[in-house]
Amino acid sequence: MNLARIVGRIVSTHKDPGLTGRKLLVLIPLDHEQREAGAPFVAVDAVGAGAAELVIFVKGREAAHAFGNDHVPTDASVVGIVDQVGGR
Amino acid sequence: MFLARIVGTVVATRKDERLEGCKILIVQPLDPSGRDAGAPVVAVDTVSAGYKETVLVVTGSSARMTSRTKDAPVDAAIVGIVDTISLDRTTDTKDPTR
Repeated sequence: MNLARIVGRIVSTHKDPGLTGRKLLVLIPLDHEQREAGAPFVAVDAVGAGAAELVIFVKGREAAHAFGNDHVPTDASVVGIVDQVGGR
Repeated sequence: MFLARIVGTVVATRKDERLEGCKILIVQPLDPSGRDAGAPVVAVDTVSAGYKETVLVVTGSSARMTSRTKDAPVDAAIVGIVDTISLDRTTDTKDPTR
């Protein structure tokens, strides 16, 4: 899991049925000091995150587990909205 | 998942039987601004996408989670055709409320 900032949204009408009703977000990964740390990518929202929010995302096969038994074909999911980052 | 544009098709007559009937396409990864980002990859199409369309590609074992690619030897699948991409800001990742 890692931190990211939501920087955009994707609209896709024609998609796999498993993605129906899911929000697709564009994320930029961040390091622990919230500096940009990699290329933007697309993730499926699992927590109701919105524009410009700092979030936690999970990548890989585990990303699909964010949706329980629903068959969501995703390799990246937003699984938390960050309130605060401390311990610097 | 990443954004990509379809740049080509692949025809393979002899292939794994679980890939039979699958449309196989070459996709060029894009950044959210629509610029090329990285080398093209081969992906299985599950949404009947067409040439030059912008699509969403899922990679790794998650690519097997569509009904079309279930249990197939696939590590990249096209799972959506992109209508629009809206960006809040292009480069600034700082919290705008701070």
